Amino acid sequence: MTRLKGLQELFKRYRRPGDIVFAWAFLAFSLFLLSQLGAQAPWKSGGKTFTQPAFWPTVSIALMTFFAALHLLSSALSPRINGRWAEVWDWVRSVEYAGWFMAYVFTVPQLGYLATTIIFAVLLAARAGYRDPKVLMGMAATGVTIVVLFKSFLQVKIPGGAIYEVLPTTLRSFMLTYF
Amino acid sequence: MDVFSSAVTLLMDWQVLLALLIGSIGGVIIGAIPGVGAAVAIAILLPATFALPPLVGLVMLLGIYGSSMYGGALPAVLINTPGTAVNALTTYDGYPMTQKGEARRAVALAYSASFFGGVFSIVCLMLLAPLLAKIAPHFGSREIFLAALLGIILVVLAHRGQIFAAGMLAAFGVFLQTVGLEPITYSRQFTFGQTWLTSGVDLIVVVLGLFALSQAFLLLTQPDERPKLTSIEGSMLSGLKELWLYKRVATVSSSFGVLMGMIPGVGEFTAQFMSYTYAQKTSKTPELFGKGAPEGLIASEAANNAVPAAAMIPLLALGIPGEALTAMMLSVFYVHNVIPGPQLFQNDMPFVMALYLALLVLNVIVLVFLMFSTNKLTKMIELPTRLIGVTILLLGFVGVYSLRNSITDCAIAAGFGVFGVILKRLNLPIVPIILGMVLGGIMETKLRSAMPRVKNPLDMIERPIAMVIFAMILLVIALHIRTLIKEARNPAQDVDTEIHPTQGGQ
Repeated sequence: MTRLKGLQELFKRYRRPGDIVFAWAFLAFSLFLLSQLGAQAPWKSGGKTFTQPAFWPTVSIALMTFFAALHLLSSALSPRINGRWAEVWDWVRSVEYAGWFMAYVFTVPQLGYLATTIIFAVLLAARAGYRDPKVLMGMAATGVTIVVLFKSFLQVKIPGGAIYEVLPTTLRSFMLTYF
Repeated sequence: MDVFSSAVTLLMDWQVLLALLIGSIGGVIIGAIPGVGAAVAIAILLPATFALPPLVGLVMLLGIYGSSMYGGALPAVLINTPGTAVNALTTYDGYPMTQKGEARRAVALAYSASFFGGVFSIVCLMLLAPLLAKIAPHFGSREIFLAALLGIILVVLAHRGQIFAAGMLAAFGVFLQTVGLEPITYSRQFTFGQTWLTSGVDLIVVVLGLFALSQAFLLLTQPDERPKLTSIEGSMLSGLKELWLYKRVATVSSSFGVLMGMIPGVGEFTAQFMSYTYAQKTSKTPELFGKGAPEGLIASEAANNAVPAAAMIPLLALGIPGEALTAMMLSVFYVHNVIPGPQLFQNDMPFVMALYLALLVLNVIVLVFLMFSTNKLTKMIELPTRLIGVTILLLGFVGVYSLRNSITDCAIAAGFGVFGVILKRLNLPIVPIILGMVLGGIMETKLRSAMPRVKNPLDMIERPIAMVIFAMILLVIALHIRTLIKEARNPAQDVDTEIHPTQGGQ
């Protein structure tokens, strides 16, 4: 019976440190949206309630606010778990990698998909703490594989890099089509 | 029989067969790598499949969906780390078996139970298909609206212990799909005067952010892990023989999987919980559960692998996805202008049957593949998690950018990636956001088209099917209130503050 109880625990989701910070932030966001309802999704005169364009935004924001308030309440009434700001710092750390991702996005139209992917595969592996040339070469090969698979083989829509313009005509069209 | 032969003809195209092979073997490998999972792979591959014919694209995604759980069982049994979130229960009995020196037996049983669950559900659904084709046309706008509403309520209530959070995130999903130019009066909603918000927030961009990029960011910010495994000696075929001894548990667990898969918003976790409880209650040795009971392992794996085929039912017959993966597949249908729903079941039964046959073939391919390559697969589990994070980040770019070459989409996806990290670290569910977006859109359209025939609220439930669905909604809420009262009388004692893989959150 104790094992069955343990199993039920597995299916439950419990709080972690920082829960209350998220609860406050989500409630604040919901209240902000609620305050903007009149301006951003005005109720049209005439027309049935359910066919109003503002009906679903109103319902969803009202529910967001309602549940966010209850979530905050349950979080505030539960015993405090230490380490809330360390947890928030872990969230902030992920912004660095969002930055890497956006740098990758901005570089592709300049250097082309193949070169950018190889460079970022190696740089990110180095950022992750790997210095072994074998690992870095392996990541460069992973980059080449990704480009060959998606651009050369599956022909996904990724435009060529501005740098391709300086290549000789035949090589340029080859690079534009496959890399 | 005509339908069957037409389905076989559709399947016999080399492109479809190749997609099936790539999807099923790729799915096993992806499932075996802890931290990746089918959701991440499907999210990344989704835009690439738009250029392929509908059946080819869908078969590839179905291959990944149906086979990832096979692969996910391997690290669950060998290193106590589930490869995909739905293999979490497999660790309960699989890992103790490994500790007792029965790793080969546990892995063989897990594969065999998965195979049984997969094939059982497909056979059930093939037999059910003619009946579904008769029932599906009776689903009008009102019934589909109510079924989508039931799906949203169930997905919220299924997140026990996190109901408020699931509720606010599902409502956030519904809100997200209302942002942008509204299609009836062409008014702008919640665009704050920004032109980039006029076209709204694309589901695939959100999916890629929440599933793929967030997983990349999470793996890159966490300490590196590189599990070490020992190889498994001996034949895997013995599992099929041993499964025969536990055929009752396997059949009942697969049936739970089929039933729970068909109900939108429920899925693998509930099916596993029910089948594991059943297996333990009816076992001659219930005290062994959690300490290496083969029945427990079978209950978990048979139930989770019976779900994918069943989850295709509400998607194909009603156009309602029951969980995140089928929600992603819905966009493949829309891109090709194939609208899933009663019409599809009525007019294009060979297409539906071909999908089921593909699932059947995939189970055979996967079993044969695993019989011969389990030891090679264990090498994949040993990949360092941070390098997997780098690879997911690079692949995430293909998914978002190839959609419409929009830097704005990439920025939105990166934003949702950070949001996903916060949700994952807090053990909060991601699936309600995705289902809120998809089911919210369906509810909006169907409620609007139902309105001309609804003069008073009772007209909504005047037809028998609508009345049954409405009764189910009331029943689900009543049962939940009953559970809440019970829990209030016996409050939980321990508080778990570890990070766990969430449903579909990998």
